[in-house]
Amino acid sequence: MKYWTGAAVLLIAAFAASLSDVNEYFFYAAFVVLQFIVLATAWNILGGYAGYVNFGTAAFFGLGAYTAVLLFKALSAPLAVQIAGAAAMGGLLGFGAGMLTLRLRGIFFAIATVALIFILETVMINWRYLGGATGLQLLRPDVAAPFDSYTRMLFFVMALEAVAAVSVARYIQTSWIGRGLRAIRDTEEAAEASGVPTLRLKLVACTVSGALMGAAGAPMPMYLSFIEPASSFNLLYSVNTLAGAIIGGTAHWAGPLIGALALASLQQIVTVTISNEVNVLVVGVLLVAFVVGAPDGILGLFKRWIRF
Amino acid sequence: MIFSFDLLAEALLFGVLLGCFYAAVSIGLSVSFGLLDVPNVAHPAVMVLGSYFTYVLAGYGFDPIVAGVVLMPAFFLLGMLIYRFYYESFERRGTEAGVRGLAFFFGLAFIIEVGLILAFGVDQRSVQAAYIGTSLALGEYRIPYRMLVAFGVALLLTFSLSLYLSKTFIGRAIKAVAQDEPALRLMGANPVRIKQWAFGIATGASALAGAMLIIVGPVEPALDRLYIGRTFCVVVLAGLGSMTGTLGAGLILGVAESIVLMFFGASWAPAVAFGLLLVVLGIRPQGLFGR
Repeated sequence: MKYWTGAAVLLIAAFAASLSDVNEYFFYAAFVVLQFIVLATAWNILGGYAGYVNFGTAAFFGLGAYTAVLLFKALSAPLAVQIAGAAAMGGLLGFGAGMLTLRLRGIFFAIATVALIFILETVMINWRYLGGATGLQLLRPDVAAPFDSYTRMLFFVMALEAVAAVSVARYIQTSWIGRGLRAIRDTEEAAEASGVPTLRLKLVACTVSGALMGAAGAPMPMYLSFIEPASSFNLLYSVNTLAGAIIGGTAHWAGPLIGALALASLQQIVTVTISNEVNVLVVGVLLVAFVVGAPDGILGLFKRWIRF
Repeated sequence: MIFSFDLLAEALLFGVLLGCFYAAVSIGLSVSFGLLDVPNVAHPAVMVLGSYFTYVLAGYGFDPIVAGVVLMPAFFLLGMLIYRFYYESFERRGTEAGVRGLAFFFGLAFIIEVGLILAFGVDQRSVQAAYIGTSLALGEYRIPYRMLVAFGVALLLTFSLSLYLSKTFIGRAIKAVAQDEPALRLMGANPVRIKQWAFGIATGASALAGAMLIIVGPVEPALDRLYIGRTFCVVVLAGLGSMTGTLGAGLILGVAESIVLMFFGASWAPAVAFGLLLVVLGIRPQGLFGR
C-alpha cells in the first residue's frame, strides 16, 4: 500500500511539473534519466533475478524505436499505439532470446545478445523506407492538451513507463515467479529437479524484460525528431543499463531504480560540465569498481547499516 | 546482385586471405576463453589497443610488424596482470563469477575504448609501409600485399601457438588446466600460475594481431565492437580451444563474409559474423571442430 501511495505521489508530482513553467531543459534531461530507469529495471528482471546477462539492451531499445517510427510513418499512429507496438516487438525478440537460453548459459547467452544488436542494426541500415544509414527526420505531431510542449508530454509518458516498469519488477520479485527465477540463478539444474518450470519462467522473464526495453525505446524518435541506426543501436545503451542495475544492486527491485537514477543524473552533469567521452569513462570505471569492490551495489552498501 | 564465376573465384581467394587474418585475431581469445574459460569480452578492445601502440611506434619509424613483435612482451605482462586481477576479484571468491566477470570485462573494454578516444580522438588511424597500398597482380586478380603480409603472419602465429601448446611442457600444462583443473591441483601443480601464464600468452598474441589489424585497414577506437562478433564467432565455431579448428573456422567466416561483400554489398557484411555466431550458438554450440 505504501508503495502504491508513493508511486501515485511521484506520478502526480511529475504531472504537475510538466504543467508548471520549469525550464524546458529540465524535461530534456529528466527524460533520459527516466529512460534509463526503465531500461535498468527491465534488464534486472532477467539479469538480476535469473542471472542471465543481457548485453543486448541496445537491440531491444533500437527495435522499439524503429517499430515506433514504422507505425508513425506508415499509419500515423499515435504515441500510445507506437509504445504498445514497440513493447510487442520487444517482447517477441525477448521470447526469441529466451528460446536461446534453452541451450546457452552464461557468456554464450551474453554474446548471442550482442549479436542481436548488430544484426538488427544492419537490417535497419539496409531498410530504405525507414531512412537507411542516413536516418530519417520526423515531424512531431501537434501536442495534445493539457501539455504545452511535446517534450513535456514525453517526460510525463516516460514517468508513466518508469512507474509501470518498477511496479512490474516489484510484482515479479515478490511473486512465485521471482522465487523461481532466483532458484534458476542459484543452480538451474537443482531448480529444474525440484519442479521449478525453468523454461517457462525464463521465457516469461525474457519476454517481460524485452517488452519493457522496447517500450523504453518507443518515445526516443519523437524526443529527437530523428532516427538513425548507429545511435539507436549504440552499445552504450547496453553498458549504461548494465552499469545502472549493477551499481544500484541487482537483488531488489529498488536497486536498478537507485542505480539508474544516480548514474544517469551523474552522466547528465558530467556531459554538460566536462565532455561526453569522460561521461562514458565514468560509467566504465564505476561499473568495474562496483563489480569488484561492492558486488551488491549501493543497496548492498547500505544494507550493512539499515535493514529493510 | 550480379553473379559470375570470376567474381566468385575472386571472392573465394579474398575470403581465404581474410579468413587466415580472422583466425589470427581470434587465436588469443581461443586460448583465454576457449581453453581457460575466462569470459574475455575485452579481447578485441585489447587488440585495438595494440593497433594504437603500433601506430605510435610506427610514428618513430618502426615497421608495423616489428612494432607488433616489440609490443608482445609488454602485452604479455599486461595479460598476466589482467588475469591476476580477475582471479583475485572473481575466480577466487567463486560465487556468481559469471555475471560479475562478464560485467568486469565489458566495463574494461569500454574503459580501453574511451581511453583511446581521449588520447587519439575518434578519427581513423593508419600506418605506412612498403607493402601497404600496393598489390600483387596475378593474372586478372589483384591481391593487396597488405592482405598477403597479414596472411603470412597469421599462419605463422597460429601454427607456432598450436605447436607451443602441443609440444612444450608449459603448453601441455595449459591444455591440462583446460581439461581438468582439480586433477592438476591434486598432482601438486598450481593451476592459477599456469592460467596466468597462458592468459599472458593470449594477450601477447593480441599485440601482434593488433599490428595486423592496422596493416589490413584503418583503425578507430570503436572497432572492437565489430570484432566481438568476429572473434567469438571464430572461437565458438572452432569448438572451444581447438587451435587448428580456429584456422578452419576463420576460413569459413572469411569466405562467407567475402562472398556477402562481393554479391550483396558492404552494408550487409558486418551482420555475417554475428549471424553465423547466432546460428552456431543455436544449432551446434560445441562448434564444428569441438572436442
